[in-house]
Amino acid sequence: MNERPESERIEVQAAEAPQDAPETEQVSTFRLVATLAVAGALAGLLIVMVNLHTKPIIDKYKAEQLRLAVYEVLPGVARYRTLYLVDGALSAELPEGSKESDFRQAYVGYDEAGQMTGVAVSRGESGFQDIVQVIFGFEPDTGILLGMKVLESKETPGLGDKIFKDRVFVDQFFARPQTPLAAIKAGSGKGKPGEIDAITGATISSKVVVSVINNGVAEWLPVLEKGIPEEAQ
Amino acid sequence: MRNTTPSQDFVRGIWKENPVLIQMLGLCPALAVTNTVKNALAMSAATFFVLCCSSVLISSFKHLIPKEVRISSYILVIATFVTLADMMLQAYAPVQHKELGAFIALIVVNCMILGRQEAFASRNKVSRSLLDAIGTGIGFTIALVMMGGFREILGIGTFFDIPLFGPNFEPWVVMVLPAGGFLTLGFIILGMGFHEQRKKARAAA
Repeated sequence: MNERPESERIEVQAAEAPQDAPETEQVSTFRLVATLAVAGALAGLLIVMVNLHTKPIIDKYKAEQLRLAVYEVLPGVARYRTLYLVDGALSAELPEGSKESDFRQAYVGYDEAGQMTGVAVSRGESGFQDIVQVIFGFEPDTGILLGMKVLESKETPGLGDKIFKDRVFVDQFFARPQTPLAAIKAGSGKGKPGEIDAITGATISSKVVVSVINNGVAEWLPVLEKGIPEEAQ
Repeated sequence: MRNTTPSQDFVRGIWKENPVLIQMLGLCPALAVTNTVKNALAMSAATFFVLCCSSVLISSFKHLIPKEVRISSYILVIATFVTLADMMLQAYAPVQHKELGAFIALIVVNCMILGRQEAFASRNKVSRSLLDAIGTGIGFTIALVMMGGFREILGIGTFFDIPLFGPNFEPWVVMVLPAGGFLTLGFIILGMGFHEQRKKARAAA
């Protein structure tokens, strides 16, 4: 392993390089700038063209993932409506000339009979590694949690990632616990409502999920109490 | 320049001058995203694409690029292809794209790619540069898949998501964590060095 063939080769080439090039005539500044400008323009053109092609596919996939997630955390809903948080109140319409992504969103789910069954919102908080983004559904009038799904997380593989891989942990959030939730050591429960058994070895990650939901409910309840705009017929 | 045959250009990068295991280039992705075979393959594919396209393009335009701005030009070309690879992975392999995260964008600064442009593509014919890029890309893939294989088998107990051991297997979680990457790379290089030494000893005897 003491031989380093590649590095030797580079040195050999470097030594020979000046002979390759014709005796250095000064390249004009204009040519240098022009080369980079042309190359940059072509590169930009290429990227824009591919982006035009891939952007719709990417957006469609993201929207589909979100749609599936909303149906997952609001069990039993037949359809849902996207509402936007505009000036502290929910609105079905976006203010003129604004983008959808500029506003926080709430997804209001309805059952077959058109009754509102719950509201789903997403929220992120710092986890053990990076932001943990969670979407969860709850009943606004009772504060009962309906479901939870981790959208994004870089939690430790094998430990922290159990917050979305461990079925037993996740199922607790679908068992209609009463918010605010409390993360407790597994098995030390006193049967109080809202107790969530934390994952052994991933206490921080478990607590983050619980905290996201508690803070999210506390944040959105006042907004929801102001009323949900009627559906336009 | 040392004369090589086209077949040597091709074979060289695969094993004898393997970019990761011998030249120690491109270690960042080799350590960061080889926790599973699938991730290793996705990263290799993206790098392979960028390496081949950049080599062909730079080799074609080698006489037009003034040498004062050659490095900036190479980086521009590489960055363009990385952006394309990034967007295409996101559109057609979103799950892998999410797993690889920022490391796709970091292909731009993979010194293996820049190294091939400076050391080979900018001095050789297009066809030879492509052969060299394919060989180097295969070498990179072999190294990453080897690491991904070791780490996934020991760290998760699966190979390509197929469970290998019974339910009683307790995965060595450390192997899929960053520390496991360093350990795996270290042991692979140790193994290769040991093999090389024995070969030499036998030849001398």
